[in-house]
Amino acid sequence: MSEIAVRCEGLVKTFSDTGALNGLSLDVVKGEILALIGPSGCGKTTLLRLITGVAKPDAGSIEVGGRVMVSPERFVPPEFRRVGMVFQNYALFPHLSVAANIAYGLHGADKDDQVAAMLQLVGLSGYADRMPNELSGGEQQRVALARAMGPRPDVLLLDEPFSNLDSGQRVHVRNEVRAILRMSGATAIFVTHHQEEALFMGDRIAVQHQGSIQQVGNPGDVFGNPATRFVATFMGETDFLPGEVTAEGVQTEIGLLQSTHPVNVGDQVEVAVRADDVRIAPDPTSGAIVLTREYRGMVNVYRVRLPSGRFIHSLQRHTVRIAPATPVRVLMDPGHELACFINSN
Amino acid sequence: MIFFFRNTSPVKVVLWFTGALVASLLLLPIGYLLLRASEAGDSIWSILFSYRTARILLKTVYLAVAVTLGSALVAVPIAWLTVRTDLPMRRLWAILTTLPLVVPSYVGAYLFISVLGPRGILQQWLEPLGVKELPKLYGFPGAFLVLTLLSYPYILTTTRAALMRMNPVLEEASRNLGDGPWGTFWRITLPQLRPGLAAGGLLVALYVLRDFGAVSFMRYSTFTRVLYIQYQSSFDRTGAAVLALVLILLTLLVLFIEIRTRGRANYYGGHVGAVGNPIQIKLGHWRWPSLFFCAGIVVLSLVLPASILAYWLFREINITMSYSSLWMSAWNSLFASGLASGLVLLASIPVAWLSVRKKGRFAILLERISYSAFALPGIVVALALVFFGANYANPIYQTVYLLLFGYLIMFLPQAVGALRTSFLQISPSIEQAARTLGKNPLMVFRTITVPVSWSGIAAGIGLVFLTVMKELPITLILGPLGFSTLATSVWSAVEEAMFGAAAAPALLLILLSSVPMASIILRESLN
Repeated sequence: MSEIAVRCEGLVKTFSDTGALNGLSLDVVKGEILALIGPSGCGKTTLLRLITGVAKPDAGSIEVGGRVMVSPERFVPPEFRRVGMVFQNYALFPHLSVAANIAYGLHGADKDDQVAAMLQLVGLSGYADRMPNELSGGEQQRVALARAMGPRPDVLLLDEPFSNLDSGQRVHVRNEVRAILRMSGATAIFVTHHQEEALFMGDRIAVQHQGSIQQVGNPGDVFGNPATRFVATFMGETDFLPGEVTAEGVQTEIGLLQSTHPVNVGDQVEVAVRADDVRIAPDPTSGAIVLTREYRGMVNVYRVRLPSGRFIHSLQRHTVRIAPATPVRVLMDPGHELACFINSN
Repeated sequence: MIFFFRNTSPVKVVLWFTGALVASLLLLPIGYLLLRASEAGDSIWSILFSYRTARILLKTVYLAVAVTLGSALVAVPIAWLTVRTDLPMRRLWAILTTLPLVVPSYVGAYLFISVLGPRGILQQWLEPLGVKELPKLYGFPGAFLVLTLLSYPYILTTTRAALMRMNPVLEEASRNLGDGPWGTFWRITLPQLRPGLAAGGLLVALYVLRDFGAVSFMRYSTFTRVLYIQYQSSFDRTGAAVLALVLILLTLLVLFIEIRTRGRANYYGGHVGAVGNPIQIKLGHWRWPSLFFCAGIVVLSLVLPASILAYWLFREINITMSYSSLWMSAWNSLFASGLASGLVLLASIPVAWLSVRKKGRFAILLERISYSAFALPGIVVALALVFFGANYANPIYQTVYLLLFGYLIMFLPQAVGALRTSFLQISPSIEQAARTLGKNPLMVFRTITVPVSWSGIAAGIGLVFLTVMKELPITLILGPLGFSTLATSVWSAVEEAMFGAAAAPALLLILLSSVPMASIILRESLN
């Protein structure tokens, strides 16, 4: 069993507006990058604030590096927690140089050497004497990372660290950050609301919704085998097709589909269908018809109306061109089993 | 391993304790006045609804409204001319028309009386021509003239800011839809200026309600003047307390409306994202009248007073001038202001910090109290502390400590405001970052909060220092016997109609207080 770096149990935090937690539990394994993803207002930032210690939960406990930080009897202030934090707006101290920012959390005689080592790690060796306002967004990001990692925290928290970068820088910087975290073997919780970013950054992904964790697992699992309808919606463009479970599979209006989820024969279910699993081909005899074509550069996304009046989306290579109003045959070609959920309606 | 149990941070305890202490200090004057007034029993109503009270109230409100309207008539054209038109030397006019703000009202009143008053310079010059009497200056005309000329910059600043924030695209759209320049001004520009105009106008009204110097010299009986006369002569404490409470209610009302309007003004300004430059209006043949207007206001509010001061100074030097008492007064002014601003700084830190960083009822209450104290006129603070000192704090009565205490109550709101603005500019995540890097709250405050906000704090406390120096009613009433400052020197000389003797302390006051204050204000408003 691998060592647990952070353990949150039954965290409750009540707010009048958004961001509340209701009984959230989460474990982070030492040395992993856990990507925490969820829509805004789901309480991601609240969770980070509880772990750093700038806010107190109403109930529940938090352990970091095997030490109890929060419990009904105990509350450790932020400065004693050994939890590093990279803020969304970087929060660099504007009156201190790059080197002084990094040195702020360090102690001991070899402070200067540690600062130099951190600067080298983040690739900013020549920047020691610059002031924060003289740096680009990506550079500020790396200084914030170096500053947070300097004191060798038990866990590093990153709160939407790439949201202030433009999309060009974003891909570049996130590659760098991932490499730096890997190189140093740090344990990290990475918060985002972009599914692509979560899939790229996380060794594991935790999906948070309405104040609790819906699913934790490796990226392939969470994407391919969503545990709840919410996870299926949030992690990809998903349509839901109603159907009935038979001995051979789930019978839907576009045919028999195979499902992984444990359901019983006779259950009414909804099958989660992603656009890349749906193929279409022109067929004058079909009752399904193409409504619109959305051109996205490398691919086309077709919106198709099924005979029942329901809509389904199909992702095709950009070379496949079908005009709107063309009747099409809808084929499922997933090459894997699909997730399905008991139909609550 | 160090573990901390809940709610034991000593820093927090000290913070809350200081905050509560400061709040009770601020409430002391009102509390004491309420106590005094309640001693009157039923006769309180006969004072409150007397013909005399109604007359004072009416005269006070009349002056406040008149000065506010007069200021708007002066300020709006100047604001528009200096922001939107091709008026020559726009920047120079913008700076010069902001300056009257820093001249103490009693200095302005003194200079105008010495020229336009009975047996003033003007009459002496005109006497050979057979002019026996000038139009009456004392009373409403004088008070209106001086207060308008000194307080219009409040409206000017807020209106200029509103004009600069305004999205020029809206005016372009109006022109595009077929409205001419005048139609656009009345239908688009002016309505958008309304919140800024209202905010500035309420500041002017507050200035008039709190003014003591100008109305006293001009012998116009508003609340502040009546309170002072009552203090000096009959010393009817209960009656004074009731009048003081009415004045406080009036200022609180104005302050309350001001807060409401300011919120709206920010809202209006919030959604601009101004793109492109506004249309610059060509004045054409209106250029000379416009220039004449700006120059006229600058002459009346700056050049004329300065020349009169120079005249008196020149005459006085040739006669006799007591340098030693002048230096003593200057020293006393600097000494009292220095101590007061230090004290105010210490007291304002916890209040400002709590109100910015802590949520919850007490923090909000604390902030409201400190902001409401802004409505306290100096004369009211002074009278409340005189009563209080004589009855309950005899050891510090008639000492410099009571004077400092008065300054503290009077100027704390201003300092809290300045500190709040500085603290608000620091993102909370910067302080949290410092906490996660292993520093306790006190160290974070010392190594991050103070250094980052230092320039704002210094400017705010600098302004308090300079404002204390020109403060009049508190210094006059609470100062120990024989403790003369530059402000009280001007006061006593003018009281005895020794206009020449007032010139030197007035000039020193302007050099030591108004000039540095102008440079701080200009640097902030022009950047």
